[in-house]
Amino acid sequence: MRFQLSDDQRALRTGMRELLARRFDREALRAAVGRPGLDRALWRELGAAGFFALRLPEAEGGVGLGLPEAVLVFEEAGRVLLPGPLIATHLAAGTVPGAAEGETVVAAADGGGLLEWRDAADVVLGETEGPGGTEGPGEAEGPGPGEAVALRSVDPLTPLHRVRARGAPDPVAVLLTAAEQLGTATRACELAVEHARTREQFGRPIGAFQAVQHLCADLLARVETARAALYAAAVTSAPADIAAARLLADEAAVRGARDCLQVHGGMGFTWEADVHLLLKRAWVRARRAGGGADAEELLARELLSGAGR
Amino acid sequence: MDLSDTPSDAEFRARLREWLGKVLPTLPPPPPPDDWPGRRAHDLGWQRTLYDAGYADVHWAASPAVRMIFLEETERAGAPYVGANFVGLLHAGPTIAAEGTAAQRERWLPPILRGEEVWCQGFSEPGAGSDLASLRTRAWRDGDDYVVSGSKIWTSHAEVADWCELLVRTDPAAPRHRGITWLALRMDAPGVTVRPLRTLAGSAEFAEVFLDDVRVPVAHRVGEENDGWRVTMVTLSFERGTAFVGEVVACRRVLGELAREARRNGRWDDPALRRRLGLLDAEFRALWRLTQWNVSAAAAGGVPGPGGSVFKLRYSHARQELYDAAAEVLGDDALDLDRPWVLDRLSSLSYTIAAGTSQIQRTIVAERILGLPRGR
Ligand SMILES: Cc1cc2nc3c(=O)[nH]c(=O)nc-3n(C[C@H](O)[C@H](O)[C@H](O)COP(=O)(O)OP(=O)(O)OC[C@H]3O[C@@H](n4cnc5c(N)ncnc54)[C@H](O)[C@@H]3O)c2cc1C
Repeated sequence: MRFQLSDDQRALRTGMRELLARRFDREALRAAVGRPGLDRALWRELGAAGFFALRLPEAEGGVGLGLPEAVLVFEEAGRVLLPGPLIATHLAAGTVPGAAEGETVVAAADGGGLLEWRDAADVVLGETEGPGGTEGPGEAEGPGPGEAVALRSVDPLTPLHRVRARGAPDPVAVLLTAAEQLGTATRACELAVEHARTREQFGRPIGAFQAVQHLCADLLARVETARAALYAAAVTSAPADIAAARLLADEAAVRGARDCLQVHGGMGFTWEADVHLLLKRAWVRARRAGGGADAEELLARELLSGAGR
Repeated sequence: MDLSDTPSDAEFRARLREWLGKVLPTLPPPPPPDDWPGRRAHDLGWQRTLYDAGYADVHWAASPAVRMIFLEETERAGAPYVGANFVGLLHAGPTIAAEGTAAQRERWLPPILRGEEVWCQGFSEPGAGSDLASLRTRAWRDGDDYVVSGSKIWTSHAEVADWCELLVRTDPAAPRHRGITWLALRMDAPGVTVRPLRTLAGSAEFAEVFLDDVRVPVAHRVGEENDGWRVTMVTLSFERGTAFVGEVVACRRVLGELAREARRNGRWDDPALRRRLGLLDAEFRALWRLTQWNVSAAAAGGVPGPGGSVFKLRYSHARQELYDAAAEVLGDDALDLDRPWVLDRLSSLSYTIAAGTSQIQRTIVAERILGLPRGR
């Protein structure tokens, strides 16, 4: 057992971090908030860097890496709140022409009730899947199969449509979502610590106050626990490990962003601070694939079967 | 990233598993929780069995991965815990191995390994818990002896211990952390009085220890005089490490038992309960992975990660939530001390206190790992 990043994996992460620092820094993030829409040039650059073709075999023109590497680069994307249907396009590499290169933008319904980036995408997958047949009473007013109704998305950087997607979510999509959540959680922890070190009240940095220290400690504890679960799930790709990683990463991102907001005080409640962007994106991802309930039920069933123990 | 055993680790695991399969059915049943002499004999007997089979020093000598496999496999097979040997094997022993003289290692380590002597930990005092450096038990030099007076509290297993790793103040004038010394105290020395304390679980798990002009040979000092704080930090670093590995495995086993009990008594039909158990399973899976991550980091010899304190913080709360969930599965039976898990629920309440409270762990994480300014 050597459950640590390899040198190659570290290098990959550093490379991705540098690319994003160059092409999607804080200014770019704020510019995107003011001018929503997909940056096609950036999309192509990601394609050229192998972001979408990362797991495609070399024989098919891909990079030929595995899930652990994909998790690392999606974590970096989550760290800077990179917008766009990144996972759907990544999963479509090799099947939808142009997806691997970043020429084609692919969105996909994922088994939940929401579809991200429908209008910006060239191709939308999965939307009309499943039987349109029997509808329960409460569902009658929802969109029918194939129908998508725009809603006013809480996240300024993720346009959303209501859909009635059918079919089970792709476990890899769930895993990569967890990776994005972990990145966002890490960022929330960094932002909170940075602010706690510099903001002064009562003549000292607020980070010297224990109440603030303890918020920050809990932020880190959630991040590190989620990280261990996520990386292990990337190695085993076992459904139960993926479910666990998802639950821990959702918690780390959502609770982390809230605590980060708290550490920022009044400033945290403003549009100008980035904190709300972290929280809103974390909320969106936490609803993907129908939310965490399925993961909890899967693990509960696993308990009864006694598998993997 | 690799989660599989190396060939030599896999070989160790297989050999251990086979041995456990043979030896465990021959062990006597564990004594009732309140039979302390019986528990001592049982725990020492298990240590002797390990010794005879060549596994006694697995906590000290072997690689972290091997240590972890040992804890995982023994727990999975339902082998006894270290129990009364906890301090000797995981605390005092490693400290003496690292800081003791050759003569001290020769005197104290073999009996720990052979399961002949039990150690306890005399750090906390009525006025010095979280603030350990404020301890006041005094020791004066008198010829070849120290003369010790004061009292210790919350000393686990004191009643059945032969030795105590004792922290005393040897220089009251020095700054708090400087004037402390680490001594090995014989529990049967004249002037040592042990008064058992009853825990909220009803048992006498720990005790108060009164020290009235007790003579401790200078030869029983580990490390230099007034250098005990540094030695203590060595001791405490062993306390975190892999100490909880077996327990995480045990918690996952308990979760499975809870699920089966819930199905038996009908509570399983409640989706809220199922989801609560599922979420707990996610938590313990993650804690298990975190342990593997920390152990690998330690083996790689890199900068120690946020490991120990992060783990302790999360684990102690998760364990309490586990037994709260058990209470939900049990319903009214959760108020019956004769039902399984009820005593465990009570004893889990100590996890956020013992070995450094959660508040102290958070402060450690904030100041030493995140680098936030020191608080007041
Ligand atoms: C089951 C059990 C077994 C034990 N076994 C042993 C043993 O074998 N040997 C031994 O030496 N000790 C042992 N202990 C003692 C244990 O280490 C102490 O209880 C623990 O360190 C807390 O100290 P205290 O009890 O004095 O509480 P206090 O330090 O008085 O703390 C009381 C409360 O105040 C909080 N607090 C204190 N200081 C701070 C601070 N700076 N910031 C924020 N909050 C603070 C604490 O978190 C806690 O909530 C054991 C304890 C238990 C429960």
